[in-house]
Amino acid sequence: MKDIQEYEKDIASIRTMMERSVKFISLSGLSGIISGIYALIGATLAYLLLYYPYSPFGFRFYYVNEQAVMLKLLTVAVLVLIFSIGTGFWLSSRKAKKLGTSIWNKTSRQLLRDLLIPLMTGGLFILILLSRGYFVIVVSACLIFYGLALIYAGRNTYKEIQYLGFTEITLGLLSAILPGYGLIFWALGFGVMHIVYGAVMHFRYDT
Amino acid sequence: MKNPFENLDRVLEHRVRLQIMSVLIANDSYDFNSVKEIVGLTDGNMASHIKALEKEKYISVSKSFVDKKPNTKYKATERGRTVFKKHLDALEELIKQQKK
Repeated sequence: MKDIQEYEKDIASIRTMMERSVKFISLSGLSGIISGIYALIGATLAYLLLYYPYSPFGFRFYYVNEQAVMLKLLTVAVLVLIFSIGTGFWLSSRKAKKLGTSIWNKTSRQLLRDLLIPLMTGGLFILILLSRGYFVIVVSACLIFYGLALIYAGRNTYKEIQYLGFTEITLGLLSAILPGYGLIFWALGFGVMHIVYGAVMHFRYDT
Repeated sequence: MKNPFENLDRVLEHRVRLQIMSVLIANDSYDFNSVKEIVGLTDGNMASHIKALEKEKYISVSKSFVDKKPNTKYKATERGRTVFKKHLDALEELIKQQKK
């Protein structure tokens, strides 16, 4: 017979084990903040390429018609993506080490699988849109597919990821209603929201 | 009222075994290395606890190969789930009685 406190510890450890085995807990909030900053830098570069010296709030019709400009924009977007994934990977493996687990385990594999399906679909869809010249809903499609991916994959990690997903979808739909403000919505969705949710996660789980 | 101590399962009173079972109850199936990592065990340690749970038929084992590497997966059996639930209920009952 064990002491009653030992039984309480038993119950606590059941809870921990269940949670750890289902959820990917090494996701770093700080990496969300940093990705948001990369996105804002990217958005600023895009602004300089497209609108400068006009205000980004001015409504305009054709602005990415030139192939050279579009190529530059794509390069900026891809760079933001690569840097964000890199930072996310680096900071999350650091957090995993601190938590005494590894970044490559059953929960992270599940998370990656869940993310890849909607993201690949969205990515291909966006490439098709670009090749067809439907630039006006590209930002909407980015935000909506990203949001869906987060909601789907968020089952296996912190619940904030799902809230972020709902926010991205809302922004994506709004952006479809307000064509011409794509860059603003892109900066809000990938920049500001990552910083906000990253900060929430950082203070809730990282410290 | 019946004494809840009688409902505790002797095998699951061992915390590491309880932890392994928790992982397998919360998931459909889990592989050797992932369970080992989550519970924080060495290879040898893990093997002996797994063997104990297997002997009681609380878990079932399936072995296969992924990329030519052996991949051993564990599942909680119906019996394992029933025993786990009963054990958990008994733990809760014990703590409740203590708090009165």
